[in-house]
Amino acid sequence: MSRRLITGNAAAAWGARLARADYIPAFPITPQTEIIETLGNWIDHGEMPARMVMLESEHSMMTAAGAAAATGVRVFSATSSQGLLHAMEMLYAVAGWRAPLVLVNVSRGLASPITLESDHNDVMAARDSGFLQLHCASCQEVLDATLIAYRIAEDPRVRLPMMVNLDGFYLSFTREPVSIPELDEVRSFLPDFDPGSIRFRAGRPISQAVAVLGGGPYSYFRYESHLAANAAADVHREVVMDFERIFGRRYDAIETYQCEDAEIVFLMIGSFSTKARAAVDALRDAGEPVGLVRPRLLRPYPAEDLRRALAGKRAVAVIDQNLSPGHGGTLHCELAAALYGSDGAPPVLASFVGGLGGRDITAAEFFEIAKVTKKAADEGVTPEPRLLFQESELREVRKLQAIAHHERGLTGAEHVE
Amino acid sequence: MSNDTRFHDIKDLPSTHLLGSGTPMCAGCGGLQAVSQIYDVLGPNTIFVNAAGCMTLLSVYPFTPFRGSWLYTSMGSAPAGAQGVRDALDILRDRGKIEASEDMQVVVLTGDGSAYGMGLSATSGAIDRGLDFIYLCYDNEGYGNTGQQTSAATPHAARTSTSTGAAGYPGFKKDLFSIWVANGASYVATVIGTEPLDLARKIEKAAKLDGPRMILSLAPCPTGWDYDPKDSAEIGRLAVKTGVWPLKEFADGEVTHNKKPRKRVPVVEYLERQGRFAHLFEPERQDRVLADIQSKVDRYWDAVGS
Ligand SMILES: Cc1ncc(C[n+]2csc(CCOP(=O)(O)OP(=O)(O)O)c2C)c(N)n1
Ligand code: SF4
Ligand SMILES: [Mg+2]
Repeated sequence: MSRRLITGNAAAAWGARLARADYIPAFPITPQTEIIETLGNWIDHGEMPARMVMLESEHSMMTAAGAAAATGVRVFSATSSQGLLHAMEMLYAVAGWRAPLVLVNVSRGLASPITLESDHNDVMAARDSGFLQLHCASCQEVLDATLIAYRIAEDPRVRLPMMVNLDGFYLSFTREPVSIPELDEVRSFLPDFDPGSIRFRAGRPISQAVAVLGGGPYSYFRYESHLAANAAADVHREVVMDFERIFGRRYDAIETYQCEDAEIVFLMIGSFSTKARAAVDALRDAGEPVGLVRPRLLRPYPAEDLRRALAGKRAVAVIDQNLSPGHGGTLHCELAAALYGSDGAPPVLASFVGGLGGRDITAAEFFEIAKVTKKAADEGVTPEPRLLFQESELREVRKLQAIAHHERGLTGAEHVE
Repeated sequence: MSNDTRFHDIKDLPSTHLLGSGTPMCAGCGGLQAVSQIYDVLGPNTIFVNAAGCMTLLSVYPFTPFRGSWLYTSMGSAPAGAQGVRDALDILRDRGKIEASEDMQVVVLTGDGSAYGMGLSATSGAIDRGLDFIYLCYDNEGYGNTGQQTSAATPHAARTSTSTGAAGYPGFKKDLFSIWVANGASYVATVIGTEPLDLARKIEKAAKLDGPRMILSLAPCPTGWDYDPKDSAEIGRLAVKTGVWPLKEFADGEVTHNKKPRKRVPVVEYLERQGRFAHLFEPERQDRVLADIQSKVDRYWDAVGS
């Protein structure tokens, strides 16, 4: 074991290296590119015995990834944002092939407007693809989640591709101390890939991804994938226990912080949860019984764990770094579905959308969220979903609007308020 | 060519056929005819990596007519699927995890809509990377599976379900053969099921070579081209005799025409047998359009030197 100061991207690359990925189809996109550059560098200098191929698009990258995994090698790939969307057709396809590869997504907001900075709309767009999802909040977790992801994806009870998500910039380019385990230790956790019956060989013909006629066989294959994804919940539990036994780090499906006696709970995913954690500490110091729940596993959805962690709470504030226009935040919606009608379900589920396109969520905002949510709990009325914005930002927008309106010859009276 | 081939005579062609019968392709499908012949020469140690099109319905759960393997990908990325399979097989061989006898010929099976359009970027990428694969395009000159809409392979003036006006499709068929040559393919050949000996020799040759190799087969399509299925063979033969479908190959830096029709049959004889060109004859004969089509064919062969 060695301890080094590395970025989230480098941690992802270390994950692939220690997992002994055989094959890495690649395509560059900010803020992911450092991952494939790191791997390419290791391969070119004989430090990693893998093959990397640069495709001409993420759509092709994902096709090659799935095809290679279906032929029987361990596959790693990485992408972000527009790249994930460009590959979307093939995400669904290779999940249906039951190709157990690992894809790291470095979250970044989606066009339009085009941005390089982070939010979760990209990874949320892939939530129904059949890929399982792990979400990370630290560089260490990125490395560890990559190893865990292979174990789950390749488990014969699962056989589904898995996505490991980290936030662009906030994790991808942030250096943190990371324990890099020894290869032999990793080998005892993650043995060599056994493709089982999923492989193409001369003399042992297999037809993969054939067409079906009619909804019967179609539903059969889809149900199979769903049941396998559900089975991944138990597999995850086993795998993380094994991980803890070997490496001493524990990765439950949901992370809870100061939750036991909390009355109000923040719920969010990704690296911004560390900001929520700091806000919880400050609020606790001020005497407010606030806690935090952070799902790591988002597919399969850890509904049972969430019901247990949130039972009896007065209110939950769900903070979504994604926005489904005309609907709101995705995490909020999914949590509501999981809690509705369950014993001890919190009566108030407040929705907050923020941290889009790299925008920070400040301590003051967490305090405001806690205040609004507490008031809602007191009054027993769920507040309208809130879009987080600070006064200074609004002033900036108003100024830009004023300039735009002036140039179009409009008067101040027609400003959009 | 004839020296290093096992196909000297029509009698040398495989007499047992590998492709199972009972597929859902239309009667008289020229694409299926070519695929079946090609499969006989390639043999069962083949994995077909398929792009969306008519042939996708060859393998419908739980049946397949293939003795070897099959992987359906998408409309736009079959060559990338071939890349993944080829690379994985190479990795497994390098590591001694599979024997040479377990290796396979990786063959993309794609229609023209994908080959000339949506899949072209993935195709070019595969050629750029020198991928060792065979790319088999059955060219029925339209998006057949969705009802024969205009594709980039549709010939000038043909009526398609999206070019229904009096002039038919105003554009011109793209020269995919030359695109492959210019892109750096190791072998490119045109074939047609109605010339089985020429086809078998080319497949035999392609199978022995390495690198990106394309077989482009004209695929007479009774459903899309609007003619009686029993005329498929005749239409295929006329495509060659009129010079509309030149049989040629590119290898070792040179393009060779394998069959120069000595006296070309007038193009109208090919066109008038197909409903998709009926508007060039009825209600009024469109002599100018017909002359244009003929002169384009003539110009091609003049340049070839025939
Ligand atoms: C991304 C995508 N867009 C559209 C389709 C619908 N589609 C299926 S087959 C097909 C036509 C393909 O044409 P071609 O490649 O010429 O093959 P053919 O149908 O003629 O055999 C189309 C448009 C699809 N499957 N995928
Ligand atoms: S539409 Fe044409 S290419 Fe497709 S199966 Fe029918 S005859 Fe063959
Ligand atoms: Mg077609």
